[in-house]
Amino acid sequence: MSTRLATGGRLIDRKRPVEFTFNGRRMRGFAGDTLASALLGAGQSLVGRSFKYHRPRGIVASGAEEPNALVNLGKGPRFEPNQRATTQELYAGLSATSQNHWPSLDFDVGAINAALSRFLPAGFYYKMFMHPRSFWKHVYEPFIRQSAGLGKAPKDADPDTYEHFYAHVDLLVVGGGIAGLQAALQAGRAGKRVLLVEQTAHWGGRAVTDGARIDGTSADEWVKSAVQALEHMENVTLRTRCMGAGVYDHGYVTAYERLTDHLSETEGPRHRLWRIRTEHTVVATGALERPLSFAGNDIPGVMLASAVRDYITDWAVSPGDRTVVVTNNDDAYRTALAIHEAGLQVAAIVDARPAPEGALVTRARELGLPVLTGKGIAKVKGGKQVEGVAICAQAGEGSVLQEIPCDCVAMSGGWSPVVHLWSHTGGKLIWDAERAFFRPDPDRPPLGADGGAAVTCIGAANGHLRTGEILSDAQAALERLSGEAGAVPAAEDPDEGAMLPVWMMPQGAKLELRRKMWLDYQNDVKVTDVQLAAQEGYESVEHTKRYTTLGMATDQGKLSNINGLATLAQALGEDIPQVGTTTFRPPYTPISMGSIAGEARGELFQPIRKTPIHDWHEAQGAYWEPVGHWRRPYCFPRQGESHEEAVAREVKNTRQGLGLLDASTLGKIIVKGPDAGRFMDMLYTNMMSTLKPGRCRYGLMCSENGFLSDDGVVARIDEETWLCHTTTGGADRIHAHMEEFLQTEWWDWKVYTANVTEQWAQIGVVGPKSRAVLEKLGGMDLSADTFKFMDWQDGTLGGFPVRVFRISFSGELSFEVATPAGQGRALWDALLEAGAEFGVMPYGTEALHIMRAEKGFIMIGDETDGTVIPQDLGLDWAISKKKDDYIGKRAQDRSHMTDPGRWKLVGLETTDGSVIPDGSYAVAEGTNANGQRNTQGRVTSTYHSPTLDRGIAMGLVLHGPDRMGEVIEFNKVDGTTVAAKIVSPVFFDPDGEKQNV
Amino acid sequence: MLIFTCPCCGERADETELSPGGEAHIERQSVESSDEAFEGYLFIRENPRGVHFERWRHAYGCGKWFNAARCTVTLEVFGTYPAQTMRPPQDLLDHISQRRPGWTWRDLA
Repeated sequence: MSTRLATGGRLIDRKRPVEFTFNGRRMRGFAGDTLASALLGAGQSLVGRSFKYHRPRGIVASGAEEPNALVNLGKGPRFEPNQRATTQELYAGLSATSQNHWPSLDFDVGAINAALSRFLPAGFYYKMFMHPRSFWKHVYEPFIRQSAGLGKAPKDADPDTYEHFYAHVDLLVVGGGIAGLQAALQAGRAGKRVLLVEQTAHWGGRAVTDGARIDGTSADEWVKSAVQALEHMENVTLRTRCMGAGVYDHGYVTAYERLTDHLSETEGPRHRLWRIRTEHTVVATGALERPLSFAGNDIPGVMLASAVRDYITDWAVSPGDRTVVVTNNDDAYRTALAIHEAGLQVAAIVDARPAPEGALVTRARELGLPVLTGKGIAKVKGGKQVEGVAICAQAGEGSVLQEIPCDCVAMSGGWSPVVHLWSHTGGKLIWDAERAFFRPDPDRPPLGADGGAAVTCIGAANGHLRTGEILSDAQAALERLSGEAGAVPAAEDPDEGAMLPVWMMPQGAKLELRRKMWLDYQNDVKVTDVQLAAQEGYESVEHTKRYTTLGMATDQGKLSNINGLATLAQALGEDIPQVGTTTFRPPYTPISMGSIAGEARGELFQPIRKTPIHDWHEAQGAYWEPVGHWRRPYCFPRQGESHEEAVAREVKNTRQGLGLLDASTLGKIIVKGPDAGRFMDMLYTNMMSTLKPGRCRYGLMCSENGFLSDDGVVARIDEETWLCHTTTGGADRIHAHMEEFLQTEWWDWKVYTANVTEQWAQIGVVGPKSRAVLEKLGGMDLSADTFKFMDWQDGTLGGFPVRVFRISFSGELSFEVATPAGQGRALWDALLEAGAEFGVMPYGTEALHIMRAEKGFIMIGDETDGTVIPQDLGLDWAISKKKDDYIGKRAQDRSHMTDPGRWKLVGLETTDGSVIPDGSYAVAEGTNANGQRNTQGRVTSTYHSPTLDRGIAMGLVLHGPDRMGEVIEFNKVDGTTVAAKIVSPVFFDPDGEKQNV
Repeated sequence: MLIFTCPCCGERADETELSPGGEAHIERQSVESSDEAFEGYLFIRENPRGVHFERWRHAYGCGKWFNAARCTVTLEVFGTYPAQTMRPPQDLLDHISQRRPGWTWRDLA
């Protein structure tokens, strides 16, 4: 049983008790506790169930590497699963629940899986759930769904806010232990802009807990004065609760700052994602202790040795009254000494080494702590809590020599440098056989933009585990980086003996023991699973990882990876470096989705482009359609009107009276300069250089691949200036297309372009009464004789400065009136007022689409899809035969483009007047090689025409223009077909009489 | 997240400010070209492991296109230069030779 000690605890404030709940039970901790230390202090050692076997799980570690103590935090919209109790600071009112169990933490039905564990080995998904096939849907999948996943996803939108923060520094130091502090001191003194981040709330790391001595004083004092010195440097920024999350190319690093997770009452952003550009990154992330693989090493009460002394020293929590320390190195003796100093009992120190003899070992012996050498743990006894251990010879197969009652096991299999950040962008590792860990290979660092090292590891992250070495390594590295010399703090370290690599305990353990040795606690991967994978032919560590799920849990194998690959190496009979490691990927520990999104939520996720008339549409209750980044009104439904009814009304009113269209989103690009005409002839398939000032021409633009890319009306403004209208979504793309050719191909041509789309509001004034309403506003001569179809002119209407284009996309008499954007809304209002007597109504994009389809006008994105050339659409009239070249011309000469079998544009009229379904194909006789029905065409646009009161469509059909009057079948979703007659695509007013008035 | 220095405006531009434009120094083929030459222009690209010449546009900065020489393995940037040239500048080629002795790319070395 764990409990709170009466004295000590350097991080807790006993004067400030803090109430919290776990599984609804009220508990009490102290300010400065983590949730883990508070739970242990309150006697709660069982905190969860494992993923696969639902085994009881207790707290193993004291920091970010914790695999077991994952809890649900918060309630309602702030509910969050899979939060590590070891990194969650306690605050008043914290509410945590355990996860992955049913019906309760103490009694769990899923634990039956543990009894079946022999039948759930590595890769059991792939083996078990294959046959019979019909079982998948009704038996296997529901079972897997039920048991899969740790925790439950929150159901409501996250009410908290998050932010991104950009920083540019000379040096980023990740890790606020003594190495990181020393590095920041040296760089700060050399005048570098330094950012130092520490993932916990405290500076100094292990050195303080372990009572190291630096410069003749305690590490605690040294750290305090170092932080004080750094705080006084203006060029140094310090952040606690800020984790270096990921290192990316060219000095881009992300850090994850938890701003309010430790507070009851919060204000402002919860998390901040730092997006850092640094000239160099110093990684001082320390090292993590490894578990040992012995039978029953997952039973609650078995903990890392370092965690045991952390809980005692930092939080005055006793993980148990009687502790067995099991180790292969000297460092775990620090734990034994800490237990002893706290007045608790060390039942035994079980040392796998035959003859340990460091200073710490001597000290333990002097204090009378029982040291068993050359021994290991055969197995741990207990279920939901450790009850004792059986001791065996490490060299043997597990015959029990004696049993020792205890309620806690502190294990240490050695330490592994935290090399994650070094490895994120390709820093390589070397295997240090003597100390049995991978450490950064200084000759193969991750590289920066200049080809030099971008990252330097220092201290324990660089493989130095002793205080003196850590400080001198940090100092030497920073002198190299800063080019300035400084002093190394002096440290006192006890002599330590060599460690002995131990990958299994005992080394020759029998199957029944190996079956109970856990490698990955969270994902329930055991020594036997990895051995089975090797036996089944898995040689690559990456494949073994995926087959067994080793290291694939939320802790990403921080404790299990080295033990797992050492087990694999042994099973394969290879050396550890030959097997290698899996890939380290960011982030170091999970970061919140909210922090990744930052401010980009809701309205800010993708800001909407608005026309000058947008607010009027909104006030009218427009039904919106997204077009590019714009919102355009699809239609303006009136009270009780369906969208279809509104669209039909808008079409009829425009055809019979007067419609207004907000066409401001239309792209408007100025092309100007002495060589502009030449350039226009290259951009468009038509001849644009011959267009006369004052006139307009419809034009087509293709890609170099020949495919139709955009269309629109071009107006020649003066000798040197053209105004190109593009599609709503195409303005930026076409402007970039123009600039690409001007800058990278014809850079000696004197041409300038400007995208002036948002400088103008543009209003389509459409319908038989359009001239009348504009004449009523007054100021220009708009008569048919002086202002012809495809003319444009500048002038004034109703006092507004305007540029009027007499063009039509509806087939009606129509004027597009452009005015400076700032006056767009006023002009719109004036037109509505003046148009009232003519029955003016605004119309939306659907009415626009229907009217253009009734006239057989193509729409980019409907009739085109990136595989259609202008010739397919019967637009040969818009392709100049006189020009030597235009963008796309050569491509259109290719044999496939001139193939007479290309599908061509026609109109389609259903024989029953119905509307052909969107996306429908024209079926043909027979089937293709895949057994699919042959096709001979497809629908590109299909509508109900309110004008003709019937279904109309356009489509691309094999030899279509030669088959006028023929009836072909189009497929429907229900499997039947609909018959349609091939007709001209111009359904309405084929002679254009309506617009020539 | 790459960084390139834009040779037009001199800014060190973050990758998010740039749009990529594929391989540099591709000569436009048009109406008179053979099918093979035109295929090469539209579709055939180098895929080097090592030195590469690319086009980038400082799209969310000065808007100008430029060329960059980069190592596709280590992401080392050898240099950037204006797009208005048929051939990389000699001092850049010399620098690449210093950093990657024996390199080749198309007819450059």
